[in-house]
Amino acid sequence: MIVFDRPHALADLPMHYCPGCTHGIIHRLVAEVIDELGIEGRTIGIAPVGCSVMAYDYFTCDMIEAAHGRAPAIATGVKRSDPDRHIVFTYQGDGDLASIGMAETVHAAARNENITVIFVNNAIYGMTGGQMAPTSLPGQITQTSPYGRDVNQCGYPIRVCEMLAQLDGPEYLARVTVNSVKEVRRAKAAIKKAFQNQVDKKGFSLVEVLSACPTNWGLTPAAALRWIDEKMIPYYPLGVYKDRSAKKEDEK
Amino acid sequence: MAEKVLMKGNEAIAEAAILAGCRHYFGYPITPQTEIAAYMAKKMPLVGGVFLQAESEIAAINMVYGVSATGKRVMTSSSSPGISLKSEGLSYLAGADLPAFVVNVQRGGPGLGGVQPSQADYFQATRGSGHGDYHMIVLAPASVQEMASLTLRGFDLADRYRMTSMILADGTMGQMMEPVTFETGDIQPPPEKPWATVGTDLRRKHNVVNSLSLVPEELERQNFARYERYAQIEEKEPLWESYMMEDADICIAAFGIAARVSKNAITEARRRGIRVGMIRPITLWPFPRAAFRAAAEQVHSIISVELSMGQMIEDVRLAVECRVPVTLCNRAGGMIPSPEQVLCEIEKAAEKENCR
Repeated sequence: MIVFDRPHALADLPMHYCPGCTHGIIHRLVAEVIDELGIEGRTIGIAPVGCSVMAYDYFTCDMIEAAHGRAPAIATGVKRSDPDRHIVFTYQGDGDLASIGMAETVHAAARNENITVIFVNNAIYGMTGGQMAPTSLPGQITQTSPYGRDVNQCGYPIRVCEMLAQLDGPEYLARVTVNSVKEVRRAKAAIKKAFQNQVDKKGFSLVEVLSACPTNWGLTPAAALRWIDEKMIPYYPLGVYKDRSAKKEDEK
Repeated sequence: MAEKVLMKGNEAIAEAAILAGCRHYFGYPITPQTEIAAYMAKKMPLVGGVFLQAESEIAAINMVYGVSATGKRVMTSSSSPGISLKSEGLSYLAGADLPAFVVNVQRGGPGLGGVQPSQADYFQATRGSGHGDYHMIVLAPASVQEMASLTLRGFDLADRYRMTSMILADGTMGQMMEPVTFETGDIQPPPEKPWATVGTDLRRKHNVVNSLSLVPEELERQNFARYERYAQIEEKEPLWESYMMEDADICIAAFGIAARVSKNAITEARRRGIRVGMIRPITLWPFPRAAFRAAAEQVHSIISVELSMGQMIEDVRLAVECRVPVTLCNRAGGMIPSPEQVLCEIEKAAEKENCR
């Protein structure tokens, strides 16, 4: 009896991610949800520029590779091409989504574009070797903030869920993490809801996943998971920041 | 619909695009092409299409990328500064071999420039506009009728060669009204697109639309393959109009509004006994090199008439390989050469070459 298997939507390939990186867990959760909702055949995924640039190889659904930050605009085109059929998700890092692609993110949310956004926040640029990200914490040491992020000089980190929650547009905004079994299960529930919302035509759903980058944080994989608890969650509290349908249910 | 209607150039493009089967338009307002967006905003909902005003030109071209990846006909339009913003996306479209139809109704530059007509984006259009080795098919209408017919042709070419085709017009072409007929008989249905990302239906291996290729040997192979396709286009697709070239001693090279001004000058020059003709490129890329190469065996000199500081003149010179002198007659920054200015250049050339 098989009790645990690779999801069909996840390709049987070795991934290029570093040891201890949590991209692999998040990929798997997305693939499990695609399997469970039975939508692989009509799903189109959009990979970003950054560590997950080659995500197009790892999902078995049709995939598009986007220019840096432009995934929500491409997703808009794909969705509008056949809104009843296409299930569209973007998979983006913090530099991609919250720095170079901030305009595309905000406007896709404002339009309540019926897409699912998986936002992987590891507070650093991984692919290019550990530079300061829009979500790097105050004081965080990176290659381009070697004395620690000085908020007087380069400003404060951006809390994407809280910011987008100010808009009337988006349907669902949640922040989760994947640094323990309990949190992985919660993350999966949020990702599933974000896809289900799209199937139900409810609109823009974004799940921010606090993710570990041991390589560029200079930590062991185990210490990196603890760093999420100790440093990231206090700045980026977990939780649901917007759930318009649930709110409507409450009001009934 | 073969009846004649009076339309603005910009509107003729929009109407022709809908006739070509384009049901998705993404754009951002910028003078002097906003009539295209306004027309699409009105018409698309009536034909079951999508008009969406994007948050930026960058977003608009990426929305185009998204629809094109699903195999459907799609377009965007802008004017010079906006095309600079779209150039990132134009490079990605080329790298992913996606068809797209893009309109540039040029205005004076550089920078914010002005809003009057210009041809100063010739280099940008014919040299690809973004980073990397690539071309776009560049179509240069000289009448409202050609705004329509070259739009129909542009969608076909884009699909046939899996690349961007661009209408390179100018503010005059966009704004002026002329009678136009829409010859829908020539419209080709889009070809099959087995590469499109429309969902696997669990019946095939996944399609990937991508411009990333980290193995240099593979990326080189893709570039060579793309340029083999470009070589076919350079052989098959150049378009030009020869005007009074049969007996010409002097040849004008001009496209778009510059060609119309030049025709007036040619009429007057011929009345004064100077045998002058014109080659009007209709495709700027592929450039009608053969036409100029042949003219170089016949005429004494060529005058390139342009609304720029002299850009097409470089292609003319490359085509004639120093066989005849090529001079420039130009205005820039939104100004248009007058027929008198062109006539004056023709007379100077006639004096110099002693061919009156």
